[in-house]
Amino acid sequence: MTSNGQVAETAPVRRMTGAQVCLEALIREGVDTIFGYPGGANLTLYRYLPEFPQIRHILVRHEQGAAHAADGYARSRRGKVGCVFATSGPGALNLVTGLATAYGDSVPVVAITGQVPTSAIGTDSFQESDVIGSTMSVVKHSYLLMRVEDIAPTIKEAFHVARSGRPGPVVIDFPKDLQAAVTEFNYPEDAVRMRSFPPTPEPDPAKLRTIANLIKEAKRPVILCGRGVLISQAEEELAALAHRANIPVGWTLLGTGAFPLQDPLALQMVGFMGAGYTNKAVCDADVLIMVGMRCDDRVTTRLDSFAPNVEHLIHIDIDPAEIGKNVVPHVSVVADAKNALRQLTALVEPKREHQWLTQIDQWKEEHPIHYISNNGLLQPQEVLEEMYSRCHDAAIVVADVGLNQIWAALWFNYAKPGLFLNSGGTGCMGYAFPASMGVKLANPDRTVFCVAGDGGFVMNMQEMATMVENGIDVKILILNNDSLGMVRQFQDDFYEGVRSASELSHIPDFVKLGEAFGMKAMTTSRREEVGPMLDAALAHKGPVLMNFDIDPKANVYPIVPLGRGMLDFVEAS
Amino acid sequence: MSQTRLLSVLVENKPGVLMRVASMIRRRGFNIDSLAVGPTEDETVSRMTISVHVGRQQAEQATKQLAKIVDVIAIDDITGLRSVAHELLLMRVHTSPGRRTEIIDTVEIFRGRIVDVGASSLIVEISGSTEKIENFVELMRPYGIMEMARSGAVALVRGDQARIRIVDYEVGEEAVAGGSRRAPVAAGPAADLTGDI
Repeated sequence: MTSNGQVAETAPVRRMTGAQVCLEALIREGVDTIFGYPGGANLTLYRYLPEFPQIRHILVRHEQGAAHAADGYARSRRGKVGCVFATSGPGALNLVTGLATAYGDSVPVVAITGQVPTSAIGTDSFQESDVIGSTMSVVKHSYLLMRVEDIAPTIKEAFHVARSGRPGPVVIDFPKDLQAAVTEFNYPEDAVRMRSFPPTPEPDPAKLRTIANLIKEAKRPVILCGRGVLISQAEEELAALAHRANIPVGWTLLGTGAFPLQDPLALQMVGFMGAGYTNKAVCDADVLIMVGMRCDDRVTTRLDSFAPNVEHLIHIDIDPAEIGKNVVPHVSVVADAKNALRQLTALVEPKREHQWLTQIDQWKEEHPIHYISNNGLLQPQEVLEEMYSRCHDAAIVVADVGLNQIWAALWFNYAKPGLFLNSGGTGCMGYAFPASMGVKLANPDRTVFCVAGDGGFVMNMQEMATMVENGIDVKILILNNDSLGMVRQFQDDFYEGVRSASELSHIPDFVKLGEAFGMKAMTTSRREEVGPMLDAALAHKGPVLMNFDIDPKANVYPIVPLGRGMLDFVEAS
Repeated sequence: MSQTRLLSVLVENKPGVLMRVASMIRRRGFNIDSLAVGPTEDETVSRMTISVHVGRQQAEQATKQLAKIVDVIAIDDITGLRSVAHELLLMRVHTSPGRRTEIIDTVEIFRGRIVDVGASSLIVEISGSTEKIENFVELMRPYGIMEMARSGAVALVRGDQARIRIVDYEVGEEAVAGGSRRAPVAAGPAADLTGDI
């Protein structure tokens, strides 16, 4: 108050509905794109959405598509959080697979689900489901809003939880009556501090010194990197460490792209379907440094076969629970990968183990990643080679799940770090196509390729409507082998050759299908048409669907037979 | 080799926390022997005392996975520490004519109480270690245990200091210090001045 009793000029108290509070808070958190689907329990949010033109809303055709699109958005625009709207009941439940996919690969996504009014919760009312309970095991955290004044701080906290530490999806269940209730807008200005969610620790300097000494003494060192390196944008730091001490670098499926294949120190993917020479290097290593990875069963194959000669196993990860979960390290550092690698590199002395690097080069020659092409049929790798030759080390490649995923990963060949995105943890078929929409919207200036099989593509093909409606310029490659290829390969090799429910005897005409949705579509089964078709697709402004009828017998190699160890890999022959 | 670990867990006193903890334990394949939850000296914090049956390598995993739950403030594996771990037993035991006195004598030896008397039964209340409770249950079996309820253990570590100090980021200087930034810190071995009394 001033002396004459007038109220001093301060920011006017803004009264608004809970829905407006939510949308305003999302803008404060940097949200510019929401993937969503309206319904009875979130109509108030949609009522006010047009008042916020800063937010672009993408109306998907199925909520699973929204969750995957937000995932692709967040994976490809690192540091940002993907955002999803869905209504209560079936709308929210349709998100579950997408949330699990984001959880499996530590992707920050915030899903805001409409819920029945607070007074109706627990009465089995129309389109009511227990969203908190249904999503609990596939989210990092979740909130059920019960008071209108909690909306703003909860959204702030949810985004903090989603993006901090090891990122992950967060659900906010938002009852309908709170969306309409009127309150003051107060956005907390201070950084979120939670006693139950401590910040990421600094790497322990003593342990980093220990690791630097182990690297100094190492005769056969190997680095394996996972998605943690990409999440923390530590590609340069990884390269710096590898080059300083001349340590070969391999990667997990989700670590693909973190270290350039064309670097002389590059190994390849490790594990179940990894390169033979990577598996040999890991099995012969005396010091193995694992950075930002979970070391799951697709990496280790049979657990006792993983890195049997290692004298010092080093594990750097941001999540303490990953340390010792599957493989027990001798030295562990809980820290952000970028920070830990930068500090570690400063402690490491330059060195070069000539004999070891020569040995690795020899293994590379003995076990190259290759395929056989002698039956006149189009090989999937030929399609991918043509695609990658048009990527210029810059395109973002989103792969689905199955044979197409492994082929696309093994042929990813950039000369500098790049983004290769796929559902590696949850292994969710149908991921790539909707995810690629989010990737393109987050990266309008980059070419985006979506690689899928004929099985996975149809799982979320309804999003063709979304893609055409919004002119989202993704180039889609369907590697069509008339089957669920990886299932078929496993049945042939590991289940006595009994092909059961793996052959897709009716495949849609993908050209007609794409055209029905208003999308440019092309098809070929001829090697010489692949390049020109890709050129035509790239020249076309807007989404293009390309169907490639590939050799239906093409398999993934190398592969470690189920139940076998790392060195039992079988190669293409 | 599997074993029982006794975990003392401080959690936010919010709806759904029990479900988050129980769900994680089930999902990771650990088995709960008992779980007791109740308020603490701080009304925003609840303490869960969880007796969990795990394989040897799982013990650390169970602790780490619990610590990861966002609503878990601090977790302390107090297995093998000098602690007081007590549970409460309520038992309705059948009293046939002439045997009531024997039962009452046994209850007194166990420093229990008779809390309800019926024509042919008693309700007995006993508190103490799980071992003591189990011994008492065995002694009562011949008389006819009609029904019983056990609380599961609640526990505190002996000594003069609180084991877990909760640093509040809004006021604590750890909020800005670069050094030890883990919010919940176990105070380490406390000066052990007390014994079983």
